[in-house]
Amino acid sequence: MAKVHQFDVVVVGGGGAGLMAGLYASRTAKTAVISKMYPTRSHTGAAQGGIAAALGNSEGDNPAWHMYDTVKGSDYLGDQDAIEFMTSEAPQAVIELENMGLPFDRTPEGRISQRPFGGHTNNETGKPVRRAAHAADRTGHMILQTLYQQCLKNKVNFFDEYQVLDFIMVNGKAAGVVAVELSTGELHTIHAKAVIFATGGHGRIFEVTSNAYAYTGDGAAILFRKGIPLEDMEFFQFHPTGIYKLGILITEGVRGEGGVLINGKGERFMPRYAPTIKDLASRDVVSRAIYTEIKEGRGVDGKNYVYLDIRPETVNKFAAEDGRTNPDGSKFNLTAEQVLKKLPDIIDFCRVYLGVDPVTQMMPIQPTAHYTMGGIPTNKFGEVVIDDKNTVMPGLYAAGECACVSVHGGNRLGCNSLLDIVVFGKHAGLRAAEYVKTAEFEKLPENAESAARSEFDALRNGSGKENVFDLSNEMKKVMFADVGIYRNEKDMQSALEKVRELKKRFKDVTVSDTGKIFNTELLNAWEFGNLLDIAEVVALSALNRKESRGGHSREDFPERDDKNWLKHTLVWNKNGKLEIDYKPVVITKHQPKARVY
Amino acid sequence: MTDTKPITFRIRRYDPDVDTIPHWEEHKLNVPDGMTVLEALHEIKAEQAPTLAWRSSCRMGVCGSCGMFINHLPMLACQTQVLHLGTDVVTVAPLPNYDNVKDLVPNLEPLIQKHAAIKPFIILSNSKEIDEPTGEFIQTPEQRDEYSQFTFCIKCGLCLAACPTVATDPLFLGPQALAQAYRYTVDNRDCGLQERLEAIDAFHGLYQCHMAGACSQACPKGVDPAFGIQLLKRTLVLDSIGFGKKKSSLARVMPLADVVKAIEEFAPPPRTV
Ligand SMILES: Cc1cc2nc3c(=O)[nH]c(=O)nc-3n(C[C@H](O)[C@H](O)[C@H](O)COP(=O)(O)OP(=O)(O)OC[C@H]3O[C@@H](n4cnc5c(N)ncnc54)[C@H](O)[C@@H]3O)c2cc1C
Ligand code: SF4
Ligand code: FES
Repeated sequence: MAKVHQFDVVVVGGGGAGLMAGLYASRTAKTAVISKMYPTRSHTGAAQGGIAAALGNSEGDNPAWHMYDTVKGSDYLGDQDAIEFMTSEAPQAVIELENMGLPFDRTPEGRISQRPFGGHTNNETGKPVRRAAHAADRTGHMILQTLYQQCLKNKVNFFDEYQVLDFIMVNGKAAGVVAVELSTGELHTIHAKAVIFATGGHGRIFEVTSNAYAYTGDGAAILFRKGIPLEDMEFFQFHPTGIYKLGILITEGVRGEGGVLINGKGERFMPRYAPTIKDLASRDVVSRAIYTEIKEGRGVDGKNYVYLDIRPETVNKFAAEDGRTNPDGSKFNLTAEQVLKKLPDIIDFCRVYLGVDPVTQMMPIQPTAHYTMGGIPTNKFGEVVIDDKNTVMPGLYAAGECACVSVHGGNRLGCNSLLDIVVFGKHAGLRAAEYVKTAEFEKLPENAESAARSEFDALRNGSGKENVFDLSNEMKKVMFADVGIYRNEKDMQSALEKVRELKKRFKDVTVSDTGKIFNTELLNAWEFGNLLDIAEVVALSALNRKESRGGHSREDFPERDDKNWLKHTLVWNKNGKLEIDYKPVVITKHQPKARVY
Repeated sequence: MTDTKPITFRIRRYDPDVDTIPHWEEHKLNVPDGMTVLEALHEIKAEQAPTLAWRSSCRMGVCGSCGMFINHLPMLACQTQVLHLGTDVVTVAPLPNYDNVKDLVPNLEPLIQKHAAIKPFIILSNSKEIDEPTGEFIQTPEQRDEYSQFTFCIKCGLCLAACPTVATDPLFLGPQALAQAYRYTVDNRDCGLQERLEAIDAFHGLYQCHMAGACSQACPKGVDPAFGIQLLKRTLVLDSIGFGKKKSSLARVMPLADVVKAIEEFAPPPRTV
């Protein structure tokens, strides 16, 4: 029998979104945060560049510009009510973090310092604006540590290293979750009035990715199997600058500080693709530009990579050509010391993994699978909505990368995700705490944990003909090659068939480890099952969307088609069969128009 | 093809459900240039030892999961290249100074608890200021630099594994927690030193440290916790003789007015090019 615990609110995930939700929910409700890793190990800690907010600390800026940039960046697929909400909340959110003790970099006057980032512009001049508040190139790390420490201060209850396996739904309402305690292998049922999912993304469906091993889409897959739809899953962001082959991310902050992209012929190529903001164009635009350079034979040594150059002499040469100045109007001049101070982690990554010193050498980079725009559909309060009419499921919430509000639409702007997790994490927490004031506990079904138990049993009792590692490699390869940066009907069709074949073969794996303690073989196999479910939805959603928009670029339909496709995809699992439908985009202030950078 | 080199990995295995004591297992692998210990473990698990357990996530030295005892030194597996170690046999064991949960998984609970014990958060006399802030605190770059490096800590726990004092006194707060105590104490936004003293100035606290400096050598993030401990001692001495830095409960708070105004004033922005 599983152990049973009871809380008003249970938060699944201890990253930025989960901790924010836990912090705010616990102000008034009895709350627990469950995380499969120690919270500070969450992937929020890997975020480098910054968090976007129109503080206007360095130069003129305002939330309305931030809203417009986000709408435009989303290729008009973002819901504008939610975007406006997020960008208006942004300054307050950053100030809250600062008050909690976050060690932001500072201007000489002692205010939070801000740097330019891709797609963030002064709407009057079209030039990049300093909107990304940052703490060196470790902004996510600082957010995660600061929030965790605030949770310690507020005595939030943590279930560290408990992995959630199942969501309990009773009478169409949330009733709790089932989790396995990693150090004992025991199952626990956590009975709750409200459940908030904040489990992060699923970049591990792709071969080359910036994402951690833990990015296996658990939350989205669990809810999907329970009949809750997933939204806009075809939209996945490929970040332009991953370390060649490894996929480890080199922040856009490098280009924010003046770094430029150079092809195999030694040319700076971005001005050909984005004449106004050049190397700081939106990520989808830059990733496609790199891919095009490579495809047309201008990769380095004919290989699949180009260079990112932050050597001060290169940066200063191009800054002078672009007429770039400091905020006070003085001449822009980057020094080696500044590079070392502003980008310490990047320097480290390059030295450790490439043996390259960015101050004197160029970095070999290629686009890397980075960010999940789609996910569990929610409204701007973090409530999960389960159909095309945005009907709310009582007691169920989602926030962060696993959710789709949708503020990122077809393409997320840099630094908007850290903002997303802070704003929507907070509001999901507050909303859930409000809900539990009047809601009752649903009665738990008998043997609430039996479904989770039988999922494990199935993994232990397969024929053993197949092996998870091989299946996993096959899936990642086909998803990266055929449902990657450029897509077409034929390749995606075969990718979808491949994933379905893998799902069948997955039934024949068997886990040899029969132990209870830290059985990572079993858990990795279970996570792979999640990735397969997600990959199928991604491939199907992408195959059906016959246009190009944001991160979804089709060779056979190269144009955006607002007449037929200005709508969100929804995919449901109906007893193992996938069903697809669409819902309208919320447009308030900005009518779609061509997207030029 | 890149060149590979045959390497023997000696890995310490232990499953308390079946083993009474740990034992060593050897696995051979052809290691290419650039392969990290973490990647090697993944390959060994895939092909030779499916039940082998360890923690890892980010594989880029930022999450602090993968601390291990590699060739008898505490290191992050994801940041250590096998061939850089320069030995034909590479030993991998769980971090010392912690209990062993299974194989390469240490029980890091003491690390987490010690960290919590020193109250690692901004303490103000009026905590409402933090819960409902009205503006940002002023902090100059120089004031930030005073504690900056100590915020790089990823709680990997390598410093405690390296510490000779922790080895003899398991209750010693240790370098991670003490460096964090300094990080907050010197932050110009914080007024919490007196509240922290209870833990820091106790029997298993600050003065147990003999300045061996092993923690700073082990730290993969350049935190230099030994330096933090030294500075914390100085801060405590100055404070006890009344020469501590005086802090008012609040630095200066900037109004949010201009931001709020901006929202009201601006209509949708004009088109950009
Ligand atoms: C390398 C990198 C750099 C980035 N840089 C930036 C940047 O500069 N600016 C920006 O805005 N964004 C950036 N991002 C994106 C941003 O960091 C993430 O989108 C965001 O941090 C996600 O936060 P989260 O809280 O949703 O998820 P996470 O922080 O990943 O947290 C997920 C949590 O869920 C838990 N969990 C997962 N599954 C389970 C389960 N089954 N049971 C229990 N717990 C579970 C995990 O333990 C973890 O605690 C970057 C991302 C990467 C990978
Ligand atoms: S001080 Fe350094 S070694 Fe110690 S836990 Fe922090 S990062 Fe790890
Ligand atoms: S896996 Fe994250 S620090 Fe090594």
